[in-house]
Amino acid sequence: MTQRANGPDSRDIRPQQGVDTKDIREIVARRGDERGGLIAVLQDIQARYGYLPQEGLKEVAEGTGRSLVDVYGVATFYRSFSLTPRGKHLICVCLGTACHVRGAPRILEQFQRELGVGVGGTTPDGEFTLETVNCLGACALGPVVVVDGKYFSNVAMPGVKGILREARSGSTRLKEPAAQASAR
Amino acid sequence: MREKLNSIDHFEALQDRLVSEWDRDVPTIVIPAGTCGRAAGADELIHATQQEITSRKLDGRIRLRITGCHGLCEMEPCVLIEPEGTIYPKIDPTEMARIVEAVARGEVLEDLLSQDPETGARIQKQKDLPFLKKQVRTILGRNEMLDPMRIEDYVRSGGYSAMAKVLARGAPAAVVEDVKASGLRGRGGAGFPTGRKWELLAKQPSDGGKFLVCNADEGDPGAYMDRSVLEGNPHSIVEGMIIGAYGTGATEGVIYVRNEYPLAVEHADIALQQARELGLLGEHILGTDFCFDISLVRGAGAFVCGEETALIRSIEGKIGEPRQRPPFPVEKGIDNKPTAINNVETWANIPIIIAQGAQQFAEIGTANNSGTKVFSLVGKIRNTGLVEVPMGTTIREIVHDIGGGPAGNARIKAVQTGGPSGGCIPAEMFDLPIDYDSLVEAGSIMGSGGMIVMDEDTCMVDVARYFMNFLKDESCGKCFTCRKGTQRMYEILDDIAKGSGTLEQLDLLEELAHVVKDTAMCGLGQTAPNPVLSTLRYFRDEYVEHIRKRRCPAGVCKELITYSINENCVGCQACVRACPVGAVKGREKEQHSIDAEKCIKCGLCRNVCKFEAVDVT
Repeated sequence: MTQRANGPDSRDIRPQQGVDTKDIREIVARRGDERGGLIAVLQDIQARYGYLPQEGLKEVAEGTGRSLVDVYGVATFYRSFSLTPRGKHLICVCLGTACHVRGAPRILEQFQRELGVGVGGTTPDGEFTLETVNCLGACALGPVVVVDGKYFSNVAMPGVKGILREARSGSTRLKEPAAQASAR
Repeated sequence: MREKLNSIDHFEALQDRLVSEWDRDVPTIVIPAGTCGRAAGADELIHATQQEITSRKLDGRIRLRITGCHGLCEMEPCVLIEPEGTIYPKIDPTEMARIVEAVARGEVLEDLLSQDPETGARIQKQKDLPFLKKQVRTILGRNEMLDPMRIEDYVRSGGYSAMAKVLARGAPAAVVEDVKASGLRGRGGAGFPTGRKWELLAKQPSDGGKFLVCNADEGDPGAYMDRSVLEGNPHSIVEGMIIGAYGTGATEGVIYVRNEYPLAVEHADIALQQARELGLLGEHILGTDFCFDISLVRGAGAFVCGEETALIRSIEGKIGEPRQRPPFPVEKGIDNKPTAINNVETWANIPIIIAQGAQQFAEIGTANNSGTKVFSLVGKIRNTGLVEVPMGTTIREIVHDIGGGPAGNARIKAVQTGGPSGGCIPAEMFDLPIDYDSLVEAGSIMGSGGMIVMDEDTCMVDVARYFMNFLKDESCGKCFTCRKGTQRMYEILDDIAKGSGTLEQLDLLEELAHVVKDTAMCGLGQTAPNPVLSTLRYFRDEYVEHIRKRRCPAGVCKELITYSINENCVGCQACVRACPVGAVKGREKEQHSIDAEKCIKCGLCRNVCKFEAVDVT
């Protein structure tokens, strides 16, 4: 059935270009001493690069004084970390229990068929990465699919194509949280 | 920047001022915008409301309040009008112009009100909704009163008074006594008495510091009560923890929150900052000698981190593997210092207990199970949402009276409680009162409060397989019986669901389940067999039918079902076009047929058919 988003088959660790070591050192300096230190550091790096580049992890090991094995251990234990670059659009299918009993597995299969990739996979053109999540807590809207931060509710199989089209057009990118921010 | 409060008197003066400056009669439009509200379109609604108010020059005459989730998920996006309490469900942004005008004139828009599903009568007031009638919303009810991003809202509605009361009283031991007397049990699942845990922490030597943790790693799929409280009323958690620290002598607090809840992270972070600004958190709280601060740690997507020893490792920035207990965290927790961990809902109860008194709190619920409990009622149910009821309420009351019964035509056959560690309770047992002890007796657990309703279209073998798949993925792998046991149980369940299982395997499955239960080290492994054992106990015949007759009665297990087209077919070609493998054949205006050899059973044909012409057998 489903596999973890960061399953062993997606752990293809290649040297990556464009990692700014100064940037990483700054993150380590800022976050390293917090509670949850290493995890917070990795979260910030992933927020910056979209994944955890190998060069970056080496820098983290040096900066925190933990062994590279330790750093990789944490990076591969937690589900939300990715060691490979993700596609331009991130598709996340919720597989929570409520979504499951309302047909989420079939929605996931439909995405797999349409994209031709498995869970954790990225399409060859670099457009889409398909991932799953255990529950987003929006159970009333199930089955739920989140694309680039936009929620699609009560998703039915025939609607999958349209969601992909919308993502390609770029309209799933979240607008500035204008309403909420300006209200206060 | 807020002015720092230097004394308890100073705080009370602020509270008095906020209350007296508040004009209750100014009409207020309340829009719940928790994660699910926003997903349903609350942001657009907020935007439209602001525009309508400004363009009509009603600023100051109509207030807008953006709150967290009220738990009326089925009605979102919705709008609540104060002070009357009028509720408009499922509102389109284009309706906001009419609503703002009606509010300005003090009128009610009949056509937008919700309808009673039985009588069709319009329901104007929120409190008259059938969904809310049997609920006792001590915790959830506060969400609609405040904007979670404004500490002033919380203070005005009575917030931080319990903390001030405790500080003014000056007897830490009395706090622990109050919590003990309230009978509060941990809302995270196991139901350990909170007061006793605190008493143990208070007795620990305090030389190197002590920790309090709020466990907001709500990992159970189908449960989102904790998210709603942390998003909608983060200060109640902060206040609860400050009171706990005062009572137990803790020096540092941690809120450990799931990374999948970005809004909860944001609101908790803002709450902590604002509490610090006001001098309610940090050094010398309200000018007293008492010091306590809280930091926020985000999880990174590991279910096992809900287990307390794994959670501690994760807070330390390590791999979240559990360890053997004893020593219990209350002796050796974060950095080997004494640590007490309580769940979000437990913390939210603390200010209530202190404010209203332990006795009054204990009067709600039943003898050994005091207070209320919040459940997330989801799945095949008409009114999905958050339900808060006194302990001891029966499942039937929740599912039928509050939840409004089944969502479709299929009969409800079970509810699943307790997430992957829990079990399925059949409809015949719906008169069971919900409390920690009777749920365990029935083979399930309370868990954090997920309640997933299942109907006749839900296959219990598939449900057991779903949970086992989840658990085998989430098993950290440290102990053998959990790592291999969940994997083997999953394989057997997969065999049965695919029609290749045997009756001998069913015995093996049961034996394996008991071995894992008895030998796994942590709570994840020990409770992992529950979904299997409870479905075997109450729905064994479904398993047997899958094995003996190779049939899935619910029509879910793909390998055991076939799709066919009946005489309802008008030959519209919708399914022919939809089929991804070209298995549907047929000319226009003639009955189509499905090639069973080619069919991959994706169900797309059934989904696109408008004439109920596709059967599953």
